[in-house]
Amino acid sequence: MRYAILLMGAPYSDQASHSALRFARALLARGHRLETVFFYHDGVYNAARLAAPPQDEPHLVDGWAALNAEHGVTLQVCIAAALRRGLMDEREASRHGKSGYSVEAPFELTGLGQLIDLGLQCDRLVTFGP
Amino acid sequence: MRDGETPAGDLLVILRHGSHGTSWLREGLDAALVGAAFGREVALLFMGEGVLGLLEGQGQGALGQKGTGPTLEMLEMYDIEALYVEEQAMARYGLEQRDFLLAARHLDDTAIAELVERHALVLTF
Repeated sequence: MRYAILLMGAPYSDQASHSALRFARALLARGHRLETVFFYHDGVYNAARLAAPPQDEPHLVDGWAALNAEHGVTLQVCIAAALRRGLMDEREASRHGKSGYSVEAPFELTGLGQLIDLGLQCDRLVTFGP
Repeated sequence: MRDGETPAGDLLVILRHGSHGTSWLREGLDAALVGAAFGREVALLFMGEGVLGLLEGQGQGALGQKGTGPTLEMLEMYDIEALYVEEQAMARYGLEQRDFLLAARHLDDTAIAELVERHALVLTF
């Protein structure tokens, strides 16, 4: 089956991100296809490139990036939810006159329209939230 | 404003939070507006605490949060006319249709289950 994940929980604050990542791994291990993980609401914090969790905890940001590298899962972040929470890529940072940026590839900033299309095109859209 | 049949659609957005304490209501409404802007048939269900989001006078909050009133008023412009509200929650909060900014159909639990069944995609906020 073709799956997509909608993640709306902040990393390390809620269980949602850990569960979503493990669910993603389980899907792929069973031979399903995971098209995209879409990050919305506080889930956008999963795309923070500066995240530096203690070494004895799972590194969620790297975990998502590994899904992309190993299985081509696209990582889409809602741009409106991201910008107001201080998450932006280099292009948006320069557009807003900021000296640093907080989101980088393989995460991509995109619109909510992608989420709707994804939900209607995939066989299953599974939501994880607080 | 009750009957058994609810029309089928592409996207059902379920709103379960009130206006101010969190951004759930606003971000849920955003998803509905975007769905409609992309030409999808969108329905809204105000459930639980979310029924408070339908109250008149959804202005700016005391802490400067943006009010959802203007967004609710835009729904019609986006052709989002399928509005539903959980009957049980209305009773729990002591609300009647005249308290609401927009006309919504009142649904009991069975009708809510049918509504969910009839939509290809359901997003809950």
